[in-house]
Amino acid sequence: MATYTLISSNVLASSAASVTFSAIPATYTDLVVRASIRTDRAGNNIDLLKLVINSNTSGVYSQTVLYGTGSAAASTRISSGTEFYYDFINGAASTSNTFASYELYIPSYTVSQNKPMSSFSVQEDNLSSARINADANLFSSTAAITSLTYTSNNAANFVSGSSFYLYGISNA
Amino acid sequence: MATTYEKIATTTLGSASSTITFSSIAGTYTDLRLVCVYTTANFGIYTTLRFNSDSGSNYSDTYLIGDGSTASSARDTGATFIGFGAYPNGISSGQFNLVETDIFSYAGSTYKTCLIGSSLDKNGSGDVQRLVGLWRNTAAITSITIQTNGGTMSVGSTATLYGIKAA
Repeated sequence: MATYTLISSNVLASSAASVTFSAIPATYTDLVVRASIRTDRAGNNIDLLKLVINSNTSGVYSQTVLYGTGSAAASTRISSGTEFYYDFINGAASTSNTFASYELYIPSYTVSQNKPMSSFSVQEDNLSSARINADANLFSSTAAITSLTYTSNNAANFVSGSSFYLYGISNA
Repeated sequence: MATTYEKIATTTLGSASSTITFSSIAGTYTDLRLVCVYTTANFGIYTTLRFNSDSGSNYSDTYLIGDGSTASSARDTGATFIGFGAYPNGISSGQFNLVETDIFSYAGSTYKTCLIGSSLDKNGSGDVQRLVGLWRNTAAITSITIQTNGGTMSVGSTATLYGIKAA
């Protein structure tokens, strides 16, 4: 088996309120999501990316967040949340043709233990309020991860041209 | 199509251990990537990285860290290791520290740099780090050792070393 394999991709030809990877096979060791994202959130160049795993919206999500604004660095956290939502992405007021870059790494996604993961996103748009962030994420569930659902945390739509790729990594 | 991302070796601890070592690393790749997920029953431990069993003062690192309320940056110079994970807040039983490390041009004849991302969330505490490390040695890297500062990594802790080929 190849070590690094594309499982699924979703390149938007029109705007969409959500992107879901479902029926993720359990045949890999780790998962990686890489995406290029922009939303139509009106009046703001920044949006936040929301991720729900296995359709589970109970309080099993926590994040420790490190971010920079271009002039300062800061840190915050989410505890016992109902989703991950602290990755910065571009909104409608961003410079034209700019999309955020995002990566999520999930090791041991089928193992019966809580799932640590990392995420990293950059929302650079040649404006003074651009963002960069790195997160430590914990999904406190022992269930194997079988689906990932992305939405805007501000109920906006992902615009056409946004792209999401799910890869499986095998260390077998 | 040539494979560009290959597993070199995986270690899953069958008994608690203070070290995980990858040795006899071939020089046939361009870069290395190390993915480690570990936990421990010993509160407060952190882990370190060394190359080729070198315990001299040949390492340095600069890092950015956030603990959920404050972000800061610091460096270590003339160190005997590169900081690797869960420092300074430590880790205890049932918590998992994900550490991703990219080691560039590991077989070249210049000093060796690496980028480390350490992600430890404990639902109410934890820290996230991004670190750049330097090993001031021109030798090819043939072994990598992850070592705790005391205590052990628990059974089930895993580390996988991948090789990335540019050609």
